[in-house]
Order: sequence, then structure tokens, then C-alpha cells
Amino acid sequence: MKSIRNHLSLIVALFSILFSIQVFMIVERSIDAYKVNLSTNYSVIAVSQTRITENNFLNINKLIKKVDELSPDAVIRRLNSDMKSKNIELLKLSLPKFYKLHLAYYPSPEEVVSLRKTLLNTSSITKVEDFSHNHDSTYKLLLLFKKVVSVFAIVVLIVTILLIFKELKIWQYKHNERMSIMGLFGAATWLRSAVLFRLSIVDAILASLFAFISFSYIASSPWVLQQFIDIGIEIVIFNPVFDFLVLLGVSIAISIVLASLIVLGHKEEV
Amino acid sequence: MDKVIMAKNLSLSYSKDETIINEIDLSINSGSFVFITGASGSGKSTLLKSLYGALKPQQGSLVVGGVELNNVKRSKLNFLRKHLGIVFQDYKLVKEWSIEKNIMLPLLINGYVKDVALAQVDKLLKHVKLNHQAGRYPKELSGGEQQRVAMARALSHNPILILADEPTGNLDEYSANLIWNLLEGANDQLNTTVIVVTHSIPHNLNVDYRHLHIEYGRIREVN
Repeated sequence: MKSIRNHLSLIVALFSILFSIQVFMIVERSIDAYKVNLSTNYSVIAVSQTRITENNFLNINKLIKKVDELSPDAVIRRLNSDMKSKNIELLKLSLPKFYKLHLAYYPSPEEVVSLRKTLLNTSSITKVEDFSHNHDSTYKLLLLFKKVVSVFAIVVLIVTILLIFKELKIWQYKHNERMSIMGLFGAATWLRSAVLFRLSIVDAILASLFAFISFSYIASSPWVLQQFIDIGIEIVIFNPVFDFLVLLGVSIAISIVLASLIVLGHKEEV
Repeated sequence: MDKVIMAKNLSLSYSKDETIINEIDLSINSGSFVFITGASGSGKSTLLKSLYGALKPQQGSLVVGGVELNNVKRSKLNFLRKHLGIVFQDYKLVKEWSIEKNIMLPLLINGYVKDVALAQVDKLLKHVKLNHQAGRYPKELSGGEQQRVAMARALSHNPILILADEPTGNLDEYSANLIWNLLEGANDQLNTTVIVVTHSIPHNLNVDYRHLHIEYGRIREVN
């Protein structure tokens, strides 16, 4: 019973770490997907005295993905409906050209500033509207969300590492005597530590399996799926192969570090 | 005759201030049976510890089973310990292992196949009259029975040298006699060198033995 409790405390600690890692990955994916969504709705308007081809725009900055020239018709209509068609054509020619620049992805505020500078350095471009106020608010909100999740993950990590260290002390005490006795009969370090490594790897595998079951359930939960549909993004919540291998790797790595610390901290009783 | 232990000018201590064993010379032939006696705190257990490499010589040289123990590497020390059988006063059995697994420990460390090791354990359990206790754990046995398990463990791999620290110190007469018989048998039949640290030498021994006495950090032969 006591032994099961010892195992459970390591499994629970490892599971908490794996859970926070997976939640962090889900948040990352959600933010990336949301950024793609935002980038389709966000664009920069550039005003130029002369016509600029799409290729020229694409050469100005790699962030620019697609260019739409805005028709001046609506503006002219609002100016005067009594104008002769010849004059309207002349006016059209003298009016600056308006371009809507679609971007490859949702840029950071620094990238927006840099894009604005590059565009304004182009001789014919006289004005750039980047809607920076709206952009910055949305971007900051995303960053805040990401930071909150990161802080949460770090807190969980610290608490679980403290739990693991407590567990380490219990294990150290529990295994010390056996390792010393084995040492007295000439057992090599790997042989003395074999039981310890075996136990910690088994615990790591169990914690990963619990994480696998939990996230497989979460990923198929209609309520969770509905939340993502509601915010208009589609992401892989849990990839049963890639994510499981990442979690298993992290879990085994932590366990091996834990067992190695015990082996290194082992002082032979005589 | 081969020397299994050779000490020259050997001093032992746990701290710089206090020397427990002071510049002794010691030579023990292979196949001999040696008792080391002395008052409590005289340094007999300290000397024994140094023989299995648990305490480094402060000064002088110490060679056990051909292994120089002054600045011995861990791998070399493991090699030596694989060929030793050590019996402790407090038994030093692994509590969470069955008595069979405890006895099997030196066999597995020495690379015996499990089936061979199990057969050897079976034989030894009968030898120490504990075959009816198979499958039990150390805490389920009396002190005498635990020491018999420790004895079986020490004998399991036919060591070149048995080091026993007060092996019968807390035992009933039956268990104590059994332990002495086993040590005599190992020495007589297998030519195993036996070194026993004890307060009193039993009177009914059937082997020739050397008696060394430690006093004030010095060792002397008792005739």
C-alpha cells in the first residue's frame, strides 16, 4: 500500500507536468490558428502617386502576400455626379492609387512598424494606413493570453518539481540500504541502480498513458470541440502519435534525471 | 603459501585527529582460519572494514586478494568484493527481498544463470536449515535465522575469503553453533580463508586457527 502511494505521488507529479505541457501546446496551436484567421481579416492600405505592380509590392517586403488595387469609383461618385465622363476619366488618372495589402501572417507590432517604414521609403508611396491601434490591441490580447498560460505552466512546473524532489528524498531513503548492500557484494553501479531506473521508467510510462487517455478523451469531447468552433479555429487538440511521443519522451527524461540524481546522491553505508 | 592479505605499516582512522589502528604489519595465508579479538572500540571492526575496502588506509599499504586497496578504483573494488563473503553483526539483508533473493545476490552479481543460482540457493537453504522458511522475508525471521540467511549469502558464490564481524554476537546457541559449523566447513572443505572478528572464541572448534588480538591500535599474535 505504502509502495503504491510512493508510485502514485511520482505518477501524479509527472502527469501534472505532462498535462501542463500539453495544455501549453494546445494554446500555442490555438494562437497560431487564430493568427492565421486574423491575418485574413487584417490588411494594410498603401496610397501611391503612381501605379505599382503586384510583383513590385511583393519585392518591397516578404510579409506582403497579395495586393488588391482599390477602385476610385466610389470616391468619384461621392464627389460629383454631374461631371462629364471625360473629366471623370481625367480625375481618375490624377487620383492617387489605393492598394490593399494582404499579409502572409498576422504580424507583430514591430513587423507592422517595419513594413510601414519600408513602404514609405518607396518613392511613390505617400501614405500608409496600418490600423495599428486595432492591430496592437488584438495582438496584445493574444500575447496576454499566451503569457497567462505560460505563467500557469511555469507555476505547475515549479510545484511539481518540488513534489518530485520530495519524492526523490523518499526514494533515496528507500533505495539507499539496498544499493549499499549490493555495493558490499561488488555490484556495479548500473546493477545497483537497475531497479530504481526500471521503477522510474515504469512510472513515466504510466503517467504518459494517463495523459494519453485524458487528452484522447478531451480531444473527442463535443463540448471542447464546440468551444473551438465558436472561436472559429480548427486545431489538432491531441495528436495520438506525435504528442504522445513528446509526452512519453519528456516523462522518461524527467524520470531518468530523477533516478540519476538518486544514484549520484547515494552514499554507501558501511 | 599464497598470502590472501598483506598489510605493511598500516594505519587506519576515521578522522585526522584519532588513529584507530596504528602502523601494523599483517600477513594472512590463503586457507587459514583467523580470529581477531579485542575490547570494544579497539579497532577490530575497523580493520575488517578496511579489508573489504570500506575504509581507506590512512598510511601504509594493504593488499587483499591481490588488490591494492590504498587508491583502489571502484571497478577493481567491485572485482574484489565479488570474491568476498561478508557477514555482518546486523545481517544487512535487503528487507524487501525474499530470503532466496537475498542469498542469490552474490550469485547474480557474479553472473550466474538464474536456474543455477536457484539450485544453489535451494542447497544452501537446506544447509542452514531454513528450507522450511523459503519464500519468507527477513522481518518474518528471528535474529538467528536472519544471520543464517546472511551466512548462506556469504557462502553462496564460494568466496576466496570470508570476513565475519561478530557473526554470533546476538544469536541463540543453536544458531551460533550452526554458524561456526558453516565457517569450519567452508574453511575445511573449500579451503576458504576465514577471518572472524569476535569477543570470544568458541571452545568446540575443530579447525586450526590463528588468534590475533588488537590492543591500543596495535595487533599481536596470541599463542
